[in-house]
Amino acid sequence: MAGMETKSTPDKGAKPVRQVGDPGALGDFGANLLSTPRSFMRSMVRHGKPTSDRAKSQAVFGNFFLHILPVRTHVHSIKAATTLGLGVATLVLFILLCVTGILLMVYYKPSVDQAYASMLDIAHVVPSGRLMRNIHRWSAHAMVACVMLHMARAFYTSAYKGPRQFNWVIGMSLFVLTLALSFTGYLLPWDQLAYWAVTIGANIAQSPRELTDTLGITAVFDVGGMQKELLLGAHYVGQEALIRFYVLHVMVLPLVTSIMIAVHFWRIRKDGGLARPISADAVAASPIASSSGDSSPQLKTYGLMSLMKGRTPAVNLEIRNTVTTWPNVMYVIGAATMVTILAMVLLGVLFDAPLSEMANPAVPENPAKAPWYFLGLQELVSYSAFMGGVGIPAIVVLGLALVPYLDREKEDLGIWFSGRKGRRVALTSAIFSTVVVIGMLWFTVSYGWLRNWESTAHVPQIVITLLNPGTVFVVLFAVWSVITVKATSSTRMGAIALFTCFLVGFVILTYFATVHRGPNWDFYWSKAAWPVH
Amino acid sequence: MGRSYQLGLFIRGDVDVKDLHQAERFKPSATRRDFLGLAAAWSAVLAFMMAMLGAFRLPMPSVFPESDSKVKLGHPNRFEIGTSTYYPKHQLWLFRDEQGFYAISSICTHLGCVAERKENGKFDCPCHGSKFSVEGEIEGGPAPKGLLWLDLSVSPEGVLVADTLSDVNVGTRLTA
Repeated sequence: MAGMETKSTPDKGAKPVRQVGDPGALGDFGANLLSTPRSFMRSMVRHGKPTSDRAKSQAVFGNFFLHILPVRTHVHSIKAATTLGLGVATLVLFILLCVTGILLMVYYKPSVDQAYASMLDIAHVVPSGRLMRNIHRWSAHAMVACVMLHMARAFYTSAYKGPRQFNWVIGMSLFVLTLALSFTGYLLPWDQLAYWAVTIGANIAQSPRELTDTLGITAVFDVGGMQKELLLGAHYVGQEALIRFYVLHVMVLPLVTSIMIAVHFWRIRKDGGLARPISADAVAASPIASSSGDSSPQLKTYGLMSLMKGRTPAVNLEIRNTVTTWPNVMYVIGAATMVTILAMVLLGVLFDAPLSEMANPAVPENPAKAPWYFLGLQELVSYSAFMGGVGIPAIVVLGLALVPYLDREKEDLGIWFSGRKGRRVALTSAIFSTVVVIGMLWFTVSYGWLRNWESTAHVPQIVITLLNPGTVFVVLFAVWSVITVKATSSTRMGAIALFTCFLVGFVILTYFATVHRGPNWDFYWSKAAWPVH
Repeated sequence: MGRSYQLGLFIRGDVDVKDLHQAERFKPSATRRDFLGLAAAWSAVLAFMMAMLGAFRLPMPSVFPESDSKVKLGHPNRFEIGTSTYYPKHQLWLFRDEQGFYAISSICTHLGCVAERKENGKFDCPCHGSKFSVEGEIEGGPAPKGLLWLDLSVSPEGVLVADTLSDVNVGTRLTA
């Protein structure tokens, strides 16, 4: 092009010499205008089409949103059985929740007089409001489920082991944050379900009073009361509580969660990618690598980035088992994203999010049930508030966070249940905990608990507070885990035993409280047997 | 001049004041430098923590929206001996027997649900099955203590007043 040539004239000071009949500067302008879309693209994405390996790596490396990913990814990391896509699904759900949540904020009013009415507006008047609220509600439930499943996946594939210990702890904090997000969102509709679930939740926060009352120090040191006042800004669930929950739900917790997600992802890279077994590098070139159309790199230049402790990487084998991240990993992430969004939209179209009648502080829901992931705790709370609602959850979260520091066996990573022995331990632990939990529930339903027996009806409150059936579970599970450590002489097996017991206990308690608890928290075989009133 | 000073922490031993200016007498030790550095760092941390403490004092309310916790129940003559009256807005029961008046809060001490008073005068909580006697004492379930007996008084204009944030010992009655 003539315009290009005039531009590149080396003589800077002189004006470009133009011939008569030349299009001139105006012509340059026209040419520039016509090529603007292309040059704009060029300025945004500096590499060409990702056809060569070099351009493919630039597509990842030079992209702000993708640079958290490596340029080449190990084939083991993109196998479905490695992660089941649960981490990506959780992230997609979080993004989905942010988007639908912001849309709902456009109409929602966090005031006790208007909140319920704005929920009705969203459900009946706002265009696509009902669908957005449905997707928001189902994504929230799905996110809790995905976080739990993702944690179980990371646990059973030894992904918490060194050097990934700290990322496991970050993951635990994300688990707690997800629950906090769900709980704070639960109040916002200001319906009966919300009001009474949060009343119960706030009183659980106050339940350390059971301990301080026994010690007689509540007057000077009232943690429970402080927690409740901090949460509600009052002694009951009212306008102060609603605005506090709103601020936490739409601002504080999403922000903290976003930061923790960023740290979690960054640590995956820094800790050497996803955990994979040594055997994944023993195979020369895997079928995926050869079928993906990559030119298998024969040469690789290394630069010293940082000094790391740990095993020497299998330099020559490792590179042969990798594929370019663009597009191979993009396909996997894309597939997981689409499946997740599709599932949520389908749920949102097919099922409406529940909305009961407006909150009425005078009449509690009967039964007043918390969301499903808290129902297991609600079952324990029905024996004693402090141990069921604060003590046992704290022990479980702390216990799980400590797992990578207590089990430091350096065995092969990335293998489900660490092989056959682990599968057997998981199975026997599942059977053990099923028997313990169902046996205990059968016992309390048939014979009651401490207050129902003459000999123990008047034991001091501290005994009632601490001797919760949940305490019995935790002690039995801990003993079982210690026995497993001794029998297998492996801390990893002990960890599998403990985690499996907690997981099975959680599932059974959740099921039991969902299906078999009715009005007055009495036992019923099914909802059909509930008394009519 | 020539006096000796004991500067225990910074300079060990006896030091002549004029010696302080001489470099060889004043050997700067790494320990001292570390000490000052650490002191600076920790005072910054401490200052930051105090600032945070001040900032996070904000959400702890010093005045509660319900600070007017006193509920007017009506003139004492309105209530016959042996009757009970429920105030659904404040979730409390007012009783009058031969010995006087007393008020029991029906808010369950377990997790804050409203206990229901049955025909026989006992209280049942619908949420987690706590059971209370006619006088609000624990009979079963997870509640850590009995239902609260509220502080009753008579206002200057002669109206019965219950304080929902102040409880009295079980059995305390206001004599009419």
